[in-house]
Amino acid sequence: MKTYTNTGNKDTRSGFGAGLTELGKTNENVVALCADLIGSLKMDDFKANHPERFFQVGIAEANMIGLAAGMTIGGKIPFTGTFANFSTGRVYDQIRQSVAYSDKNVKICASHAGLTLGEDGATHQILEDIGLMKMLPGMTVINTCDYNQTKAATIAIAEHHGPVYLRFGRPKVANFTPENQSFEIGKAVQLTEGTDVTIVATGHLVWEALEASKTLHEKGISAEVINIHTIKPLDDKAILDSVSKTGCIVTAEEHNYLGGLGESVARVLAQHQPTPQEFVATNDTFGESGTPEQLMEKYGLNANAIISATEKVLKRKN
Amino acid sequence: MPNTQELQDLTTQVRRDILRMVHKVNSGHPGGSLGCAEFFVALYQEIMDRKTSFDMDGIGEDLFFLSNGHISPVFYSVLARSGYFPVDELNTFRLINSRLQGHPTTHEGLPGVRVASGSLGQGFSVALGAAETKKLNNDSHLVYSLHGDGELQEGQNWEGIMYAAANNIDNIISTIDLNGQQIDGATDDVLPMGSLRAKFEAFGWTVVSIEKGNDITAVLEGMAKAKSLTGQGKPVCVLLKTIMGNGVDFMMHTHAWHGKAPNDEQLEIGLSQNAETLGDY
Repeated sequence: MKTYTNTGNKDTRSGFGAGLTELGKTNENVVALCADLIGSLKMDDFKANHPERFFQVGIAEANMIGLAAGMTIGGKIPFTGTFANFSTGRVYDQIRQSVAYSDKNVKICASHAGLTLGEDGATHQILEDIGLMKMLPGMTVINTCDYNQTKAATIAIAEHHGPVYLRFGRPKVANFTPENQSFEIGKAVQLTEGTDVTIVATGHLVWEALEASKTLHEKGISAEVINIHTIKPLDDKAILDSVSKTGCIVTAEEHNYLGGLGESVARVLAQHQPTPQEFVATNDTFGESGTPEQLMEKYGLNANAIISATEKVLKRKN
Repeated sequence: MPNTQELQDLTTQVRRDILRMVHKVNSGHPGGSLGCAEFFVALYQEIMDRKTSFDMDGIGEDLFFLSNGHISPVFYSVLARSGYFPVDELNTFRLINSRLQGHPTTHEGLPGVRVASGSLGQGFSVALGAAETKKLNNDSHLVYSLHGDGELQEGQNWEGIMYAAANNIDNIISTIDLNGQQIDGATDDVLPMGSLRAKFEAFGWTVVSIEKGNDITAVLEGMAKAKSLTGQGKPVCVLLKTIMGNGVDFMMHTHAWHGKAPNDEQLEIGLSQNAETLGDY
């Protein structure tokens, strides 16, 4: 089976920062806005190199989203940066009316998504943001898995006309996808080939899915791991092609099972090819303080949880 | 350039349009629309430097953003009568498959509209963003916006108002329709806001008052003064004192007609007080 090498742990938010730095050099229409979290979002470099195109808005996220919507009028491509919680729930109506309904070319870039934000606790650990954003008509929703992919996605969304929600995180995690990869919005990436089970994962859970597939392989279970970086539009074909081969599926995400990737996959399967599915996701709950590893273990969002879910779904097959 | 009489004639015709639009579909917001007729006519006929055709980016022309989107009838009437789309299309206001949605939107491609509004309090931020882009583009044209006074109860406004002064956005003229009314009653009863002049000045804006917001000459003079104060490092606010329902006697000085359409008889009375000038649509 194909294996992947971690070239060294890196945070996905730094991938965003690196992508933004690149865009600063290559696309003069790109502007960046931040709500008092420049260091956390790794926007320092863009700010230093392009002060005229960088806008510090203070702790005022609603205003930031509105400013970004207005800045598109005249051809700018605004990238907003704050935590995922304040990028979505706090400003849902501003995104809905001024960005999505108004067809504005705004890129909402959200760090510290999910439980892996860690010790700050549930006030900051949003597990509902994918659901909020995917329900908005016209919104593209992307959740990248590592540093390299986050950098590539950041660069790619500047070329896509329309609102985008780009979700990434805080902790240093395995960096295993190719450097300078091309990133195609809406196109799933098949990481391993398998015949017994399909594992589709997004964000930090992609590496966990690969780790799980190694253990499963040792147990004689052949898993096909697919990286779904774009939750909307979803790559229906990649999912259907895979389950037509494997006959069962596990979805894995750092998000509530209500409203997340798993629900989107279930919709595709229910419509086209009813298939046994198990969900690795949080179970309609808030998070809490703890280290990222402790939280992912407690809430069942790691390789072990994927292995358990796989064993469960395999029993439901046939 | 139209003379004062021509502007007044257009204002009267706009009032007829507003009444007929909301009457036809028995819904919509005539009160604030009637109160702002002079402002819109002055803005689109004389104050703004605008192109006759519409493109979203609006580079090289002044821009306008309506934040209190519920007064769409006056916006649509003035846009149509300023050449953005056929006047006959006013017939489709609030009907299924229309570009003239209950609240303005870009979604149906109506020329003249650059952002959706209706959910209140979002217009300052959007207008300020457009003003920032004008500066980045070295475009010396201005951004205008209109906001209801009751709307200022939304907190997002004050985020934008604070941002504007802090960042020396001096290419914007934001007008507050000071009619003192909102859905549940007088603003002073629902949630008194104190002195808006003092508030805007404290937030670092230059404030111009237009005491007679339903006198076209006073509006023209006040807006010209506001324009002369742009480019001096500070954002400019116009406090435009209007009468809700202005021009239809039984609709004036009350919040009752904020979001209520006249019946057949009331329409006739309203129209009789605003004789046809330029031809009904």
